[in-house]
Amino acid sequence: MASLFEYAPAPESRSVVDIAPSYGLFIDGEFTDAADGKVFKTVSPSSEEVLAEVAQAGAADVDRAVKAARKAFEKWSALPGSERAKYLFRIARIIQERSRELAVLETLDNGKPIKETRDADLPLVAAHFFYYAGWADKLDHAGYGANPRPLGVAGQVIPWNFPLLMLAWKIAPALATGNTVVLKPAETTPLSALFFADICRQAGLPKGVVNIVPGYGDAGAELVAHPDVNKVAFTGSTAVGKAIARQVAGSGKKVTLELGGKGANIVFDDAPIDQAVEGIVGGIFFNQGQVCCAGSRLLVQESIHDELLDSLKRRLSTLRLGDPLDKNTDIGAINSAEQLARITALAETGEAEGAERWSPACELPSAGYWFAPTLFTNVTQAHTVARDEIFGPVLSVLTFRTPDEAVAKANNSQYGLSAGIWTEKGSRILAVANKLRAGVVWANTFNKFDPTSPFGGYKESGFGREGGRHGLEAYLDV
Amino acid sequence: MPTTLTAFADVTTSDSALRRFLHGLPGVDAVGLEARAAALGTRSIKTTAKAYAIDLAISMIDLTTLEGADTPGKVRALAAKAVHPDPTDRTTPMTAAVCVYPDMVATAKAALGGADVKVASVATAFPAGRAALPVKLADTRDAVAAGADEIDMVIDRGAFLAGRYLETYELIKAVKEACVRPDGTSARLKVIFETGELSTYDNIRRASWIGMLAGADFIKTSTGKVGVNATPANTLLMLEAVRDFKAQTGIQVGVKPAGGIRTTKDAIKFLVLVNETVGEDWLTNEWFRFGASSLLNDLLMQRQKLSTGRYSGPDYVTVD
Repeated sequence: MASLFEYAPAPESRSVVDIAPSYGLFIDGEFTDAADGKVFKTVSPSSEEVLAEVAQAGAADVDRAVKAARKAFEKWSALPGSERAKYLFRIARIIQERSRELAVLETLDNGKPIKETRDADLPLVAAHFFYYAGWADKLDHAGYGANPRPLGVAGQVIPWNFPLLMLAWKIAPALATGNTVVLKPAETTPLSALFFADICRQAGLPKGVVNIVPGYGDAGAELVAHPDVNKVAFTGSTAVGKAIARQVAGSGKKVTLELGGKGANIVFDDAPIDQAVEGIVGGIFFNQGQVCCAGSRLLVQESIHDELLDSLKRRLSTLRLGDPLDKNTDIGAINSAEQLARITALAETGEAEGAERWSPACELPSAGYWFAPTLFTNVTQAHTVARDEIFGPVLSVLTFRTPDEAVAKANNSQYGLSAGIWTEKGSRILAVANKLRAGVVWANTFNKFDPTSPFGGYKESGFGREGGRHGLEAYLDV
Repeated sequence: MPTTLTAFADVTTSDSALRRFLHGLPGVDAVGLEARAAALGTRSIKTTAKAYAIDLAISMIDLTTLEGADTPGKVRALAAKAVHPDPTDRTTPMTAAVCVYPDMVATAKAALGGADVKVASVATAFPAGRAALPVKLADTRDAVAAGADEIDMVIDRGAFLAGRYLETYELIKAVKEACVRPDGTSARLKVIFETGELSTYDNIRRASWIGMLAGADFIKTSTGKVGVNATPANTLLMLEAVRDFKAQTGIQVGVKPAGGIRTTKDAIKFLVLVNETVGEDWLTNEWFRFGASSLLNDLLMQRQKLSTGRYSGPDYVTVD
């Protein structure tokens, strides 16, 4: 970073959000304590400051929430679609109106830069509610026959990487199709879901239609196992996803799982290099790489490897890591000590296995959970860092010689969530995209999201699609 | 030709060789380029950084008047403003240059006296460039003889768009030679591509390389006389071109966005592009300029706001 033109601190104001010292569970339209009175603390990952104390849901609370959702289901599902749409449109508008507050809140609780919550998370959250609000009275035309029916109570468990956006992906289609919801946010990022509960009240949503039960994995397991839940939707790790699949097998519950990934970003020698570099950086360093569809494997044609790596390293040296609330921050904090430990361990494995590690000169703050943007070169398919999902700002660089080899290496993964293709040749984009086993394939871009586009994985990246018309199916009895 | 350019000597031996080279440059993805420029446009430049950027921007302005109605009086007013942009605050930096038509160079030179403000002159049948080569060269020599420190030439967009790349290259070389003074020194040459007429980003990258290979000291977006002038995206692209050229030849080339930059906010966005694309080597008026006229007053008002804490208004800056 040039020292002549040093950007002065430009922090977004914390005063736009009022975080209470403690929060309850949101069940049947009311905030309540946990039955056993348990609470847990949620901290800001960039400073380790305790933000609030949150009631911790246990089995009894989950049961109460499911009962409330069941009770609300009858009336909610009987509403005309146009009436349900009104609530969803109202929620979408309130989210837009409160987006600055929610962006600051999400940045505090998650650790990601305000630039991302402001310009990516919150606009996408509102767009998702608007999009599914539009479907609510048009379900007859969704391709599932006349008057498709909802499933009932949806038990939804979401991760900490995009807390409010994953909530939107789960709740918006569920409500549009006439289901009611019990949602468990991740234990490290419960706050935006609880603010969403307040938005539901503000929108006048009938009691029990949305219930929020913050807690740990045990609460999620209770929710998934609850006999009166008709639909399970989970986004998170492949290990937990497999456990859920085993748990609900034979129960008659409909399941969608959105799990891990090890996305291949394939750069051909005729790629638009400067834009490819941006796409690679966005693909792996967006949200500190804590993105299931991150482009964590760079497959670069051997003939341009050195040139591309020089450009990439130069670009990484301009990344600004630090206070997530600063509007000029590109790289924020890792979400938790646990995740930081996992990233650290996998990076050490990469080094131990002989891959070459590189990071730009970069000072890490002393408090909080931080990991410098990291490249591994000389990586082969046999390296752990080329196979395991790291879920952090770590890019593994591999090479290929021909398009066939690129496809073979890209597909040689237990995962199949995302891929990117960089070439100026349109015919090659189409040919390669057709051969990739990945739920989403981006061409000359990466990490672009839109509520109209279905999202989901092949293989151990899960099944079912969220978003678009396809996303309705997961919540309809079809 | 400088020795460092010998690596590229073979690409300018024929039209077909030059075409092969230019079409072998990496393509530009328009969506990605514009997204990157827009993303850098969200940088928040406050307090000390803003003060630095405002003074830097003022010092980078080629204060321009290029009208048929230009008179010696108008040019003298412009020169006075270039030397003392804010008469109420003598700490305000001078602009880099005043930019005028060739027949106004002597007037500008005299009006500036000994001040460290350059006189830039457009030449080569600006803005259309539609004249015979001898006319363009005479236009250039005339401006240099009148004392111009810098020449802002236009390329022949017709030749470029018709694919006559070598002709475009030879024109720039010829004008560069016409910039040489009798004492052997040379006026610095800025090459205007009129990016709005080249239309595609691939064309802008190719034109940039033609200009740099032919010896341009600066590459410049536009004349300010067409619909689309400097944009963050085309300027970012040209910055990438000078960065790559320096990496391969060691030769530094300047960049001048011109036309349509009217506010401090816009100017700061361009400086952020410079800072994060080519870095501090270009953060000087030796290597980066703004071709602008109304921009200066907005910078001055923002400067006053920073020093006094309140906005003044258009009556507190000079109208020229």
